[in-house]
Amino acid sequence: MTEEPQTYSAAGEVGQVRMRRSYGERVWIALKKAPISAWFGMIVIAFYAFVAIFGPFLAPYGEAEVFAKADEPWTVFGGDPAHFFGTDQIGRDVLTRLIYGARNTIGIALVTTLLSFLIGGSLGLVAAINRSWLDQILSRGVDVLMSIPSLIFALMLLSIFGSSIPSLVMIIAILDSTRVFRLTRSVAANVVVMDYVEAARLRGEGIGWIMRKEILPNIMPPLVAEFGLRFSFVFLTIASLSFLGLGIQPPTADWGSMVRDGSRFIQFVAYDWTLALPSLLPAGAVALLTVAVNFVVDWFLHKTSGLRDDH
Amino acid sequence: MHPVLFTVLQRLGLGLLTLFIVSIIIFSSIALLPGDFGQQVLGQAALPETVEAFRRELGLDKPAWIRYLDWIAAVLQGDLGNSFSGRASSGSDASRSVWELLAPRLSNTLFLAGFTAMIAVPLSLFLGITAALKRNSVYDRTVNAVTLTTISFPEFFLAYLLIVVLAGIFPTLSNVTPDMSLGDRILKIALPSLTMTLVIVAHMMRMTRAALINLLASPYIEMAQLKGASRAKVIMKHALPNAWAPIATVIAFNLAYLVVGVVVVEVVFVYPGIGQLMVDSVSSRDIPVAQACALIFAATYILLNLMADVIGIVTNPRLLHPR
Repeated sequence: MTEEPQTYSAAGEVGQVRMRRSYGERVWIALKKAPISAWFGMIVIAFYAFVAIFGPFLAPYGEAEVFAKADEPWTVFGGDPAHFFGTDQIGRDVLTRLIYGARNTIGIALVTTLLSFLIGGSLGLVAAINRSWLDQILSRGVDVLMSIPSLIFALMLLSIFGSSIPSLVMIIAILDSTRVFRLTRSVAANVVVMDYVEAARLRGEGIGWIMRKEILPNIMPPLVAEFGLRFSFVFLTIASLSFLGLGIQPPTADWGSMVRDGSRFIQFVAYDWTLALPSLLPAGAVALLTVAVNFVVDWFLHKTSGLRDDH
Repeated sequence: MHPVLFTVLQRLGLGLLTLFIVSIIIFSSIALLPGDFGQQVLGQAALPETVEAFRRELGLDKPAWIRYLDWIAAVLQGDLGNSFSGRASSGSDASRSVWELLAPRLSNTLFLAGFTAMIAVPLSLFLGITAALKRNSVYDRTVNAVTLTTISFPEFFLAYLLIVVLAGIFPTLSNVTPDMSLGDRILKIALPSLTMTLVIVAHMMRMTRAALINLLASPYIEMAQLKGASRAKVIMKHALPNAWAPIATVIAFNLAYLVVGVVVVEVVFVYPGIGQLMVDSVSSRDIPVAQACALIFAATYILLNLMADVIGIVTNPRLLHPR
């Protein structure tokens, strides 16, 4: 009969009841602790995503389909029941335009943000790893670009290249990538000095490997939060440019230009407040999405770091 | 040389350098124009001689660096060139000088921005400081939630909301003219400046709060509290001297933001300012006017940020009394 070893280990005791939570469970626990504002934000974002993706199936009419009666009021204010939010100045269904607008406005903003992260993020990582003349050139260049207010710069560039969607996306992506560059570079600079990066470098890994496998996973949380912030910023910039008549051009449905088109009767709002609805509706759609994204980002930042540079 | 003076001079030099590079960027925009825009501006019917004369007026027959030097020298003397609009294909030139278009609008915009700043800066500093002092109280949370919401609103949404709520009280069109009295003007710009105040206050208040909270968490403040200094003394004598720099930065940053935010708000309220001029010139591709507006916006932005830098340096106790 062999003697059982009588040693006691707390780790062993705990180890018996410990079970590894799966990724899904951990996410669920984090979500359960999320405040109401974050939940609100996530539900709104999910709703927008749903509308944007399934837009053509949800919309009652075609994107630029014109009906007989223009400037029809909302159904609840005595308009035609066939057009819930009425029709616009040339008789297009506002609800349909709003749904297609979600697709166009959000889609273009998303592409722009992704592009700006691709440019800014990779250049920022290269600058953080390289730390030589390349870093100097990139950083000084970004300083200069950031010293011009981005809306003004975008306006000036649009006057040169004209307002087409590709040039809009490129201009805003490049201007916005300066912010991404700064953040990535400063966060990555703290990781580059770690021993494991040095080890990777010594065992002969290329710069691409070090960027993707050693540094990127460690700077993900601030970048994800920044992605949310940048997205809402880009989204607002595009909406503002369209509102100014210089962004997405008709007949493509888009919220910024809907606000602009709806504002024709704005000086009569003092007599009939429903005249403000054609511009308030798309403007509110823009506002709701940015508020939702900001709420989620706020919660995410609190959760991952507790640190936040406030602005 | 005193280290503060040295740093300030260094910053000023850097600012000038930035302005110089920005002017190159803005200038080169005209060189980036695709194709022959002489034809575009003057129309299809323009004679080759007219187009040639127009090109010569723009100096397109000279190398780029000479054009730049000519341009910057003229700009420094206040000559911003002539607008593209008003040129006919027959060669008759009714275009106005850019400065003539710009001057009245510039003063309008400065009036609007200045009036807004006068309300927004004290208000947001008050809100920010009180929120930082009463951190995590109900007051702090309310102010925070409200400002986070207004920050995320686009300016035009806020503007239309205000129009719906206040249209009966204030005029919704801000069409000021030079011969209006001051009272009338203020009434006309009430809504645009209120819109911008809401946006700016949100930004400025959050930044002030963050800067102060950072400061109040530092060990020497705790030390001052522990040694029994009164609350007022802790704030006035220990916290504030170090807080000037971040607060000045916040103010200048937001004034610079005001310069940009003015574009959208001017368009909403049809205010005859420089922002609207820029939007119009961009949509009609009137490059000289767009360039001049961009130059003015960029210069204001850079100078304000520079000022914040300098104030931050000059008020920094650690730099003023080097060990």
